[in-house]
Amino acid sequence: MDHKIGVYIETGYGIGDALDIEALSAVATDEFGVAVCRADAYWNDPEKLAIIRNDISGEGLTAVIIAGPSPRVFQEEFAFEGAFTERINLREHVIWSHPANDEDTQMLAEDYIRMGITKASKYQDRPPFMEEVEKSILVIGGGMTGLTAALDAAAANYQVYLVEKEARLGGWANNFHKVFTGKPPYGRIVDSPIQEKIKAVNASDKIKVFTGQRVFSISGAPGMFDVVIRPDGDWIKKLDKEQNEWLAAKKAKEASGTEEEETPKPPAPEEAEAVGEEQEESIDFAHEKVRVGAVVLAAGWRPENLSGHENLGYGKYPDVVTSVQLEELATKGKITRPSDGKEVNSIAFIECNDGKTKHPLLYASFVNSLVTLKQAHYLRTTNPEGKAYIFYENMRTPGQYEKYYQDLQNDPGIFLSKGTPVSVSNGASSLTVELKDTLLGEKVKVNVDMVVLSTGMVPMTKDSAIVNLKYRQGPFLPENLYGFNDSHFICFPYETQRTGIYTAGCVRGPMDFQSCELDATGAALKAIQCVELTAQGKGVHPRAGDESFPEIFITRCTQCKRCTEECPFGAYDEKPDGTPLPNPTRCRRCAICMGSCPERIISFRDHSVDMIGSMVKSVHVPDEYAEKPRVIVFICENDALPAVDMAGIERLQYSAYVRFIPLRCLGNINLVWIADSLSKGIDGILLIGCKYGDDYQCHFVKGSELAEYRMGKISETLQRLVLEPDRIQVEQLAIDEYGKIPELIDGFIETLSEFDPNPYKGF
Amino acid sequence: MAGEKTVLVVGGGISGITAALEAAEAGCKAVLVEKEPYLGGRVARMNKYFPKLCPPTCGLEINFRRLRRNPDITVHTLATVETITGSPGSYTATIKMLPRYVEDRAATSKCVDDCPVEIPNDFNYGMDKVQAVRLPYAMAYPMHLVADGDALKKAQGSPEFNAFVESCASKGIQINLDAKPETFQVTAASVVWATGWRPYDATKLDKLGFGKYPNVITNVMMERLASANGPTKGAILRPSDGRKVNNLAFVQCAGSRDENHLPYCSSICCLASLKQATYLRDYNPDAQAHIFYIDLRAHGRFEFFYDRVRNDEKILLTKGKIVHITEDPVTKDVILEGEDILSGSKIRRTFDMAVLATGMQPNTSLEKVPAPGVSYDEFGFVVSDEGIHATGVTKRPMDVGTCLQDATGAALKALQDTVGR
Repeated sequence: MDHKIGVYIETGYGIGDALDIEALSAVATDEFGVAVCRADAYWNDPEKLAIIRNDISGEGLTAVIIAGPSPRVFQEEFAFEGAFTERINLREHVIWSHPANDEDTQMLAEDYIRMGITKASKYQDRPPFMEEVEKSILVIGGGMTGLTAALDAAAANYQVYLVEKEARLGGWANNFHKVFTGKPPYGRIVDSPIQEKIKAVNASDKIKVFTGQRVFSISGAPGMFDVVIRPDGDWIKKLDKEQNEWLAAKKAKEASGTEEEETPKPPAPEEAEAVGEEQEESIDFAHEKVRVGAVVLAAGWRPENLSGHENLGYGKYPDVVTSVQLEELATKGKITRPSDGKEVNSIAFIECNDGKTKHPLLYASFVNSLVTLKQAHYLRTTNPEGKAYIFYENMRTPGQYEKYYQDLQNDPGIFLSKGTPVSVSNGASSLTVELKDTLLGEKVKVNVDMVVLSTGMVPMTKDSAIVNLKYRQGPFLPENLYGFNDSHFICFPYETQRTGIYTAGCVRGPMDFQSCELDATGAALKAIQCVELTAQGKGVHPRAGDESFPEIFITRCTQCKRCTEECPFGAYDEKPDGTPLPNPTRCRRCAICMGSCPERIISFRDHSVDMIGSMVKSVHVPDEYAEKPRVIVFICENDALPAVDMAGIERLQYSAYVRFIPLRCLGNINLVWIADSLSKGIDGILLIGCKYGDDYQCHFVKGSELAEYRMGKISETLQRLVLEPDRIQVEQLAIDEYGKIPELIDGFIETLSEFDPNPYKGF
Repeated sequence: MAGEKTVLVVGGGISGITAALEAAEAGCKAVLVEKEPYLGGRVARMNKYFPKLCPPTCGLEINFRRLRRNPDITVHTLATVETITGSPGSYTATIKMLPRYVEDRAATSKCVDDCPVEIPNDFNYGMDKVQAVRLPYAMAYPMHLVADGDALKKAQGSPEFNAFVESCASKGIQINLDAKPETFQVTAASVVWATGWRPYDATKLDKLGFGKYPNVITNVMMERLASANGPTKGAILRPSDGRKVNNLAFVQCAGSRDENHLPYCSSICCLASLKQATYLRDYNPDAQAHIFYIDLRAHGRFEFFYDRVRNDEKILLTKGKIVHITEDPVTKDVILEGEDILSGSKIRRTFDMAVLATGMQPNTSLEKVPAPGVSYDEFGFVVSDEGIHATGVTKRPMDVGTCLQDATGAALKALQDTVGR
């Protein structure tokens, strides 16, 4: 569409002293014929903003371009009714990083004016994605976490559907004898508060409870998830088996590196038609169907399987029990031995930590320390003569729980020591525990009536997808490095790779009651936020509020399936003809799909293949005799671009031959822009994005890694064009590494100096 | 200003920023009040987060971006809450805002590097000096200069100062030493209290030599030493002579789990020291780090990180309690003494530098919430949760990830207050 553009060039901050402003204005007026072009100091001042507003109404501007300080400042000031704003950074990226009144600095500024105007002229005016949105929330799991999430969402006036596989609500907490409160006095343990939570849930007219039922499938997208709820039965075993086999095959294929092949389609549940087909499914079993806007997954945990710990008497001696079993024994009052029903006078508490597994305490966390102390306390409360021996690797009682630990340390009936269990054997009338590495010297033997093995808490998602998504990318929530299905971001703990589905509680790691409650409330907020933003046609984190979304010119689609496979969030399903079926409310607006598409048919209203390609083409490339190389830097706008701002703030200087083009994520890079650049005569192309690998910093999980992968494929093309592969480089840069920018950029220019100028200049 | 859908968030550290953003993105209006001239609190002064070893500014920047684009959040820096009256659903807070003494248009420290007055740099825990007019740090939000009014007033009238004021004016920057504090009121349905923590005062640990020996520093100072924008630009040098640190000790539970100081466990210091050991190893591959601990509390998925660090043969771990630190008066090396818990033998070892892993003390232990109906535990952490919702380290010691979970939950509790129950 044709825009009426106003360009406002800043002369303050020394910009007017360092650049030829008249020449800059001439670029806007003579080369582009913009409707308005003004140069003045401090456009953010109220009286100057009034001039811009006047131009918008008087001249009918639809686009305002501010060429001045970084877009990181004055965002609110430069937001106008009736026109969108584009920002050109003449301060941090030009005059603060390059010498004043210099030919190359001036050329840089002029190119940025060209690129900015070109970008604005390609902006499409499209409304946000609005559909009827259901705001109710599905909570999976009726334990402490699920109940809390349900109650908290209901208290904010949201309808909740709560699905619990067992016949009654409460989960493991039903079996707990006593629990910690997390409140002073910290030395106290109390009856589980779970019954009150259950009562409150049952009393709420905003919560519909499904007990004895499971989620059979979830299809759709945030704001419009269709959930099939089915009574628990053998079907789940069959479904889990099929889905786990599919996942194992997928992982095996990924590990073998045959990535070129299409990934197998996920198994279709017995009745289901191909994903994405519009016809009504026929379901021939008892079920209920609900529509929800977002999901909280609070499926909890199961005890770790201790087989393999036979040396510790597990499964061999009836009086060797797990910590989970002890909770149940303790609810009966005095603790008695399973073997003969006699009251227990001594217990050894040991960790199943004998070096057999790589991370033996991954599922123990600090919770096992607390449980052990608590259970020793049970013994001491019910049997004043009782003796508890606690052996541990590290006693983990974080925060105020330390107080509880201190109290128990003062109890003469509780003996605490570091110690690694070696074996448990049967003595005459008791069990003998052998330990090493204790505080008392090398090996120690203790005779006790009972041995309690500390049992890890394994997330339920280890065995089952649970959410059973009918997504092209499969039924599971993607796993993180640690094997949990939640976020791998420290800063964004609720962001799973499936938009609108938030994990909470022990499904994401062992937690005490207090942590479960805290986590449940947060997850409920994220679910509420998701439905509210979706209802307004806005994206969720990390581009919360973004109204743009990808649109596909489907008639040109060649069914290559790259978009459906590369989207980190599984936003695309697949139609029977092999073309992608977009789900805009699953989309996080990273534009990785736009980069993946060889047909260049995916675009956002304010970001498209044509827009970026045109920006590249708008750069003035001096001829080969000028000895002024040109470099396009495609740069991630999340971390690397602010780092360039920091370099400017610190007045670090680097070559003025480079032009930065920000991308939503480096995975947004489309190979056609490389071709555009090279055919334009650009000498080198640098891609700067976030660190990737196990501890990735990419806000969209795998964008920077995908960029690297795509560039790996382009070197062949370069060789065909008789161009050196080193003309294209991918660099990782963290936001605080701005000190490296001069070296990185000047180093690249240095590399290019070894090559002849791009022979395609002037073509 | 504000009103019934409004949430007042006090404290602009990572917990407060999160609570304000999460509430605003869920449909509330948020007013965020921070006493420092910048947002980010303690995390802005950290080098990296465990376990990913990624820079905190990465997460801060994206939060600042969310703030910038969200018209439903108002941020007040240099502001503190004087009093809060009212009850859940209807509070009125009186807020006092100190002057910045400088008006600019998104300027930076380099714009005013001709400032003739220097002050100790609080951002770097006093390890270096800084201009009295400055941007608190390069990524600071809001991007506005701040001036130390008292320091400038002492220089007022001198020719250097006058020249500086004039030079500022030519750059569109006005120094105004006559500016006065302002007081205003905010009405809100709900309050989130996220005033966070301070490092426990290490000078109270008189046997550990902090403040007496220059080469005994604290863990928060170590974060600054390792930061590229810290006093040494990321070089880990010992304070006494600026020499590269080759042999570093970490003293865990310095004042923590100690009835005479902080009886509780701060939960994060073990992981922080493991992380800081990697700073040293990255900076100086020849260096060795030695961590003395009582229990190594790296729980759950942090276990992976613990493994990764302890597999480095130049990072040593000893289960032992350090009780006494002295200095070699000639070399300025530090001598650690204590007990090896496993063997029962005495420890006496010399190091280039020692880092005291001090704990987190809630600010509410010293500065109470100025509102009725707020209760505390014996350590000063907030216990009550009606209408005024404590979050983050105001509630209990927690790592950054947990603060974010908790602050997101606090946003929901605030949202519930705005809809009425």
